[in-house]
Amino acid sequence: MNTRTLELMVGLFVAAGIAALFMLAMSASNLSSYGGDEGYTVKARFDNIGGLKTRSPVSAGGVRIGRVTEIGYDMAGYEAWVTMSIDPQYDAFPIDTSASILTSGLLGEQYVGLEPGAEDEYLASGSVITLTQSALVLEQIIGQFLYSKGDE
Amino acid sequence: MVETILNRTQMLGRATLDGFARLGRASLFLLEVLSNLGGMLKRPGLLIKQLFSVGVQTLIIIVVAGLFVGMVMALQSYYALVDFGAENSVSVMVVLSLLRELGPVITALLFAGRAGSALTAEIGLMKTTEQLSGMEMMAVNPIERIVAPRFLAGVIAMPLLAAIFSAVGVMGGYLVAVELLGLDAGAFWSQAQENVELIDDLGNGMIKSLVFGVVVSWIAVFEGYDCIPTSEGLGQATTRTVVYGSLAILVLDFVLTALMFGK
Amino acid sequence: MSETLVKIRGLTFSRGNNLIFDNVDMDIPRKGITAIMGPSGTGKTTLLKLIGGQLQPDSGSIEVDGQNIHQLKTRELYELRKRMGMLFQSGALLTDLSVFENVAYPIREHTRLSESMIRQLVLMKLNAVGLRGARDLEPAELSGGMSRRVSMARAIALDPMMIMYDEPFTGQDPISMGVLVKLIKSLNDALNFCSIVVSHDVRETMSIADYVYLISAGTVVEHGTPEAITNSESEWTRQFIKGLADGPVPFHVKATPLLDDLLTTAERKRG
Repeated sequence: MNTRTLELMVGLFVAAGIAALFMLAMSASNLSSYGGDEGYTVKARFDNIGGLKTRSPVSAGGVRIGRVTEIGYDMAGYEAWVTMSIDPQYDAFPIDTSASILTSGLLGEQYVGLEPGAEDEYLASGSVITLTQSALVLEQIIGQFLYSKGDE
Repeated sequence: MVETILNRTQMLGRATLDGFARLGRASLFLLEVLSNLGGMLKRPGLLIKQLFSVGVQTLIIIVVAGLFVGMVMALQSYYALVDFGAENSVSVMVVLSLLRELGPVITALLFAGRAGSALTAEIGLMKTTEQLSGMEMMAVNPIERIVAPRFLAGVIAMPLLAAIFSAVGVMGGYLVAVELLGLDAGAFWSQAQENVELIDDLGNGMIKSLVFGVVVSWIAVFEGYDCIPTSEGLGQATTRTVVYGSLAILVLDFVLTALMFGK
Repeated sequence: MSETLVKIRGLTFSRGNNLIFDNVDMDIPRKGITAIMGPSGTGKTTLLKLIGGQLQPDSGSIEVDGQNIHQLKTRELYELRKRMGMLFQSGALLTDLSVFENVAYPIREHTRLSESMIRQLVLMKLNAVGLRGARDLEPAELSGGMSRRVSMARAIALDPMMIMYDEPFTGQDPISMGVLVKLIKSLNDALNFCSIVVSHDVRETMSIADYVYLISAGTVVEHGTPEAITNSESEWTRQFIKGLADGPVPFHVKATPLLDDLLTTAERKRG
């Protein structure tokens, strides 16, 4: 086999390898949502975040608009802080927008759902969402249910 | 009786010492190969030739294996997930297991069997026919000229092969999930994109296969260079490359997985 | 005897528990053919590898052209090796290169000559061993004798000061043996350098050697000109040179007397 064919074959091999990496990165992983880093961040505090994790989706009306970037616990107010990054094109949420932690399906993963309010001012980077609803914890609901039944 | 036990103990001790001596020899050999990589880069032709025999000639097996592994993964996870109504997560199962485990590990195992054994046999044959000694006497360093290009080609080829394996596997999974089982094509890709992390999954998988590339190539060239220069010794060395190579891959896979994903 | 090229003093070398050389002294002259002969397994090939610096002795020194081989840095050793040629038993040709490229290999490695210069040099060297017509063959297509001749052309490609032949006659038919004998002699005459021939083919080696070392059991048994060796008084030398079956090296491996052995076996069977 002459040198030229050899070089050609090896070149094709390396190109195929890089193309495969590219394909995996583009179509089978979340590379596209990395653009979200350019979005603006808002914070919200919850009594209980349930099974929410960093990188969990943030959605409004069922459409994914951002993701959770950081979760912390505030010792002063004994509350959980959730920092979210919202994609820049969704930049007109009123400041009285409420956030709730919801579950997709009965046993699915948890996400933050935003419900727009009616004010004229919009959320900006660093804003804090004050109206929040914590995650539903199944054990507590069952416990309350049993307790109320016991009272009857 | 006491004498036999003493003899046995002695033999065990000697075998242990021999094992450590071999490990030491292999480590020094690796250092020598690494220190000769620079000199070798002046002749890219040597590397290209080895990339051909190590990479291109392993490609067919990798593509066929990747396709079928992806297909069977899709089928199996469909059967498991359909009971929970979660069949749309098939792509997550397929892509994650390919990127994190199956891609790097199966590629490395196939590589050890196909390219690794060929490397050992080739270098061992050159030793047996005194070609390596002959080069030394011609004032040509065989480590720089023969071993280093083969080692480096193995290290470069492994991640590329693993990426091709995973990509073909994902396509195989797509074929089964979408074309055969009738799942939604959009859901297939969007589920994967939602749940697969670029750095954590793809990146760590590639680091794994790079490590496997170094270790398998190291074992292969060392066994060839260190073989007993007879046809029997050559056969043993080739077998050792496949056995030690495969075991090293599986053990390292556990260690690397624990380090990377176990937080 | 002319000036010494290879000077060996107090050379001791062992492999595992096997003592291969025990305090060996040798002087190999700068010009002429020096033969090193001895029975199989006396480490003749090992001696060449020690001279070439591929093995380290346990003690003692080997000087080649005034330089102590085993104290040289790798680079200096490689410089020196460019002036040493070696012919391996198997020929040691690089199997993925043609005959022409094999001979050109050391020239390409160590010089920056133009392609036409390399071609001329290679053809001249191949002509010297009578294989100019075989330049496009692959090593796999050559007979054992021919690959040794290609290997000789390769060994003299850089005009070395010495050439070492490792068992050049082993396993050759009479014709190619004759060709090799003639080549070693004519190359040495033409290039007027140092040839070291390691062999146990007594007749062929003695016919061309200027000086002979006989080694056995790790020591030099005798050395001198071929005539002196042939007329040696030593029993062992005579047995080796003439190829007698019995002598100081007995035909029978040491054992108890035959009769005793037979009787013991018989008794054991009966009991």
